[in-house]
Amino acid sequence: MKNFLSTVRTKLGFGEKEPDSVIACPKCRHEDSLKRVTDNSMVCPECGYYHRLGARERIAMICDADSFQELFSSVRSEDFLNFPKYKEKLSGAVEKTGESEAVICGTAAIGGRKCAIFVMDSRFIMASMGSAVGERITRLFEHACENRLPVVGFTASGGARMQEGILSLMQMAKVSGAIKRHANAGNLYITVLTDPTTGGVTASFAMEGDIILAEPKALVGFAGRRVIEQNTGESLPADFQTAEFLLAHGFVDKIVERRKQRELLTVLLRQHTA
Amino acid sequence: MTAYEKLKTARQSDRPTAVAYIGALFDEVVELHGDRRFGDDAAIVGGLAFFDGRPVTYIGIEKGHDIQSRMKRNFGCPKPEGYRKALRLMKQAEKFGRPVICFVDTLGAFCGADAEERGQGQAIAENLMEMMGLRTPVITLVIGEGGSGGALALACANRVYMLENSVYSVITPEGCASIIWKDADRVADAAENLHITAEDMVRFGVAETVIPEDFAHFKKMCQGIRKSLDADLRELCALSPEGLAEDRYRRFRRLGHFVEG
Repeated sequence: MKNFLSTVRTKLGFGEKEPDSVIACPKCRHEDSLKRVTDNSMVCPECGYYHRLGARERIAMICDADSFQELFSSVRSEDFLNFPKYKEKLSGAVEKTGESEAVICGTAAIGGRKCAIFVMDSRFIMASMGSAVGERITRLFEHACENRLPVVGFTASGGARMQEGILSLMQMAKVSGAIKRHANAGNLYITVLTDPTTGGVTASFAMEGDIILAEPKALVGFAGRRVIEQNTGESLPADFQTAEFLLAHGFVDKIVERRKQRELLTVLLRQHTA
Repeated sequence: MTAYEKLKTARQSDRPTAVAYIGALFDEVVELHGDRRFGDDAAIVGGLAFFDGRPVTYIGIEKGHDIQSRMKRNFGCPKPEGYRKALRLMKQAEKFGRPVICFVDTLGAFCGADAEERGQGQAIAENLMEMMGLRTPVITLVIGEGGSGGALALACANRVYMLENSVYSVITPEGCASIIWKDADRVADAAENLHITAEDMVRFGVAETVIPEDFAHFKKMCQGIRKSLDADLRELCALSPEGLAEDRYRRFRRLGHFVEG
């Protein structure tokens, strides 16, 4: 967890802050020390709000120390359609996150079990899926298939990246094809749905896991709440499209608190080791 | 025509819908209903037919042609049970070694509370994954609108044809305009920037063939479609079941534009 705290400090933008410096919960405004919140897996000790995590923090939280080896980080997006404001969005996201894309892929060990892992980062253009995101995840499944590795994927996304037009939609099929081949070879794929997972990512690899886990209260759905309200005039329940709503309707296997995820993933990986 | 003019043409209410193509291209059409899970979605039609004497499975998104049939067809916006019916028919086609011919014409998958409750995202996801592994030929024709994931769920095909004035897009130009410019009236700009036309699809490798439109001579136009289907089916039917899935994977594997380094 020491590793996690230092990652949170450097990557979440608390770089200059000391562990005893104060951060506020965006939901209940409760103020607490950075150390106490990170010790609680970046969940507000007062109201239980799940702070959104960057990909690196998640990797530090889930994977065995120093086991993560990044792959395919050289695959990057390009504004090939000359789409309004996309260049600025891309460079802004790179600057803000220090990442080169909205998904980080690699291999790692979780509880001593080797796996391939991808983690989406919602701070990067809402982790929308363009060609580079699709290519990185496709390569990860191909790599995992060749090396007979299970894949653990943490999803978060606003959906397909419209700034790349139809080719972003095609990533849904491309990734699904790679997952199908990985599955046909008898390999395990576990998804963990985190806040928010929507649109084309929900309608593809988020829902294609053998086992689908979710963080408490995570927003997960296909169409946006406002779109549905405008489209149908329906008033939607407060828990609509939460992880709990999906569990009740049979679309999620289990809701797992953040602090228990590493342990559960370890058990699940052990249960799939020959 | 500009992209926006094509969009409007693709949406014109007097355009032939899926059932017209099914009637014109196939013989002894037998429609089959239901997903065996929840219900029967009238926005998707599917079943068995003969194409030039060979059995095929057809699946089409049907918009309807007047207000009554449009309401019955939910304006061509399928719900999860529609996608599950389509998948059931595709798996059936695979079992019997029949080609699958799909007709796509939708604004998109239905956006509603009931669709979300029954797993719209999961239904589409499952179709993508299963279609990518399907061990039988799949050809998809976009005959009007190819609206996002709701269209792709019937379009993970070995070959994709676009009608001359049909469009295919990751998001409705209206939705795109309201996100980018907070102004739904800039649809024309959005349509242009999204690159949604048949020519765009061929350029990106998303479609292989553009079908010229001549609705005044619909039968003759369908003769042209027949020729393309016949040639492609001959080619595809020569492949092994594994070869067909491989061909489809290779087709999608190369789609995307990115840089390395």
